[in-house]
Amino acid sequence: MVGEILDYLWLVPALPLLGVIVNSGIALFAERPLLLAEDARRPTDSPGDDHGHGHGASHAAPPYRKLVAVLGPAVVGASFVVSLLAVLALAARPPHERLFVQVLFPWVQAGTFSAPAAFQLDPLSSVMILVVTGVGFLIHVYSVGYMSHERAFARYFVYLNLFTFAMLLLVLGSNFLLMFVGWEGVGLCSYLLIGYWYEKKSAADAGKKAFVVNRVGDFGFLVAMFLIFWTFGSVEYTEVFARIPGLAASGVLTTGIATAITLLLFVGAVGKSAQIPLYVWLPDAMEGPTPVSALIHAATMVTAGVYMVARTNALYLLAPTSMMVVAVVGAATAIFSATIGITQNDIKRVLAYSTVSQLGYMFLACGVGAFTAGIFHLMTHAFFKALLFLGSGSVIHALAGEQDMRKMGSLKNHLPVTFVTMFIATLAISGIPGLSGFFSKDEILWKSFSSGHGHAGLWLVGTAAAGITAFYMFRLVFLTFFGNSRMDPEVEKHVHESPYSMTVPLMILAVLAVAGGWVGIPHVLGGHNYFEEWLAPVFAHGAAGAAHGEAHASAALEYLLMATSVGVALCGIGLAWYLYRVRPSKPKEIADRVPGLYGVVLNKYYVDEIYDVAIVRKIVNGSIWLWEAFDATFIDGIVNGVAALVQKAGDRARRVQTGVVGNYALSLLLGAVILVGFLIWP
Amino acid sequence: MMEPSAYLLLSGILFGIGVVGVVARKNALIVLMSVEIMLNAVNVAFIAVGSYLGDVTGSIFAFMVMTVAAAEAAVGLAILIAIFRLKETIDITELSVLKW
Repeated sequence: MVGEILDYLWLVPALPLLGVIVNSGIALFAERPLLLAEDARRPTDSPGDDHGHGHGASHAAPPYRKLVAVLGPAVVGASFVVSLLAVLALAARPPHERLFVQVLFPWVQAGTFSAPAAFQLDPLSSVMILVVTGVGFLIHVYSVGYMSHERAFARYFVYLNLFTFAMLLLVLGSNFLLMFVGWEGVGLCSYLLIGYWYEKKSAADAGKKAFVVNRVGDFGFLVAMFLIFWTFGSVEYTEVFARIPGLAASGVLTTGIATAITLLLFVGAVGKSAQIPLYVWLPDAMEGPTPVSALIHAATMVTAGVYMVARTNALYLLAPTSMMVVAVVGAATAIFSATIGITQNDIKRVLAYSTVSQLGYMFLACGVGAFTAGIFHLMTHAFFKALLFLGSGSVIHALAGEQDMRKMGSLKNHLPVTFVTMFIATLAISGIPGLSGFFSKDEILWKSFSSGHGHAGLWLVGTAAAGITAFYMFRLVFLTFFGNSRMDPEVEKHVHESPYSMTVPLMILAVLAVAGGWVGIPHVLGGHNYFEEWLAPVFAHGAAGAAHGEAHASAALEYLLMATSVGVALCGIGLAWYLYRVRPSKPKEIADRVPGLYGVVLNKYYVDEIYDVAIVRKIVNGSIWLWEAFDATFIDGIVNGVAALVQKAGDRARRVQTGVVGNYALSLLLGAVILVGFLIWP
Repeated sequence: MMEPSAYLLLSGILFGIGVVGVVARKNALIVLMSVEIMLNAVNVAFIAVGSYLGDVTGSIFAFMVMTVAAAEAAVGLAILIAIFRLKETIDITELSVLKW
């Protein structure tokens, strides 16, 4: 029986793929013709049509929408059920046997290289598939409500299902090549969904930016994969990790090679998970629909880099330099983007910078060898950040598309469910004891201080970022839900709580945001860290190093650090309360007092502008040179030159054809003489 | 049996005359006639060698060539008449439209 359920593991990615196939059929053959016909009719229609369009109530919904609305979430839900059963079956095994590889078919075979299409279920990938399908399902359900006024409804669900499929490939694949396929698949879906409203230039540009920036990271990943095959002769996880001790002992796998591989992998992770210096695409990605931001740009895709680093933890542990780089980049990103989050006024952008910052925490955890803590934070972050995004989506939905927090306020009476759930998520991300974010964030901070790879400086930066996080999150809540209404009177009239399809996922996620951390309560608080125990087989190599450092750390110190981080978070909340509730005029005064600093932070440290001048312009100018000087002159010159040469030669050669029969006869004769000459030559 | 060398010499001379006629003359009728001379030069060679070797195949080939030559002459003359009606000339240097 146990084996039987695991044998259906392939259904986990296959079900979303089924959704892709059916939905794309609907999108192509039912929805597209309808929309094209509508567009063709529009110019001749009465101008009054625009009013009815906004709320879509004027004409009946086409019948296929209902099918899409059921099928899109249902396939992901079914996938979640299969995942849950498979994980339970895996959990029934003894800890050291919790590794199941299902080979579907040989996929790439070339010489000594072979990569089967195979799925690997182990404690790490089981956490990932539960998060992807579970949170993914809730977001799919939410999308049905959120996207109900959209014309291209089926197209949206095609992309969303395709994303789920690719993400499951990424986390379930049993080799680096399959992970790369998923990696690129989620990148493509991210591009498609950011640019979902492609008629809007900023959305299309943001999609392109995300795609191009990710290419930089993908290059690193590819080269790392080549190096892995070159070193280990395989790209299969089980084979690569099993060969590490032998190759390290025989001197083939030197620290240098391990450092090169891990740093290149980290370049890939930096791109996908939006870390310094490649984080710039994520804030722009907020151009996409809000559920997309929740699913792709908060809960799942952007955490793929963390998953990859955790997956290759055995390699990272061989390369202390890489570990240090990961930790420093993570910590730097955490505090850097948190400071930007303070000044942003767009509700989704605050959350975007918050996501970048929280991803920094995850990398900080991986960098100090606390992979368990990183994955733990990945999971809890998926809950509370998806909830925050969906909540902000509910607010935006209620305000008919308004995203500027300066035009919100006092919404807690209008949107009670959204307010309560978002408030819970805010408490969770701020690290208030008892909620999920507290346990995961605190474990990261504790490990960054106590682990053998840790450092007090890293802890300090992490704690400071935690305080800033609490501040900007409560700033968001106060600006949005409290105080006086700053809404447009026209908008205010239509404010409404979202439908059940949107609020129910919010409530479920709120429960998870509270309780999600209870699987990993640290020992000093009298709990039992089930999460660490569950992941222990995957991170067996790392456990030794981390435990080594912890030996000299006392429980008293852990209490002290915990109290410090909670105290810092409370200070952040208190400051936000003072500045945005007690003295609402104060923030403006402070900003006016340091206009230079405020301007720099408001404009995101001008990083986009610096990149634009230092890199983008240079590449564009170089491309223009290549186009005008190299391509148009040199390449085209060669091509046209060859053509001209042939033409000239042909022009000369055609004179041979005189049209006079005698000439032809003469050449016939000459030919005959030459032939005979050859034949009778001695 | 007689040596065929004299016949082959005659054949060669006739063939040469034919070639010169085809290449050098402008009148299409003369050209056609020169082609006939070349064909008949070959006939002479066939029959001479056939007779020398006591093989009847040479003679059979000569008949074959005569048949083909007759057909060719008929088609060729018909074309010449058609050309003359159109152009009022049968000078082959004038009939050089089929070129670049």
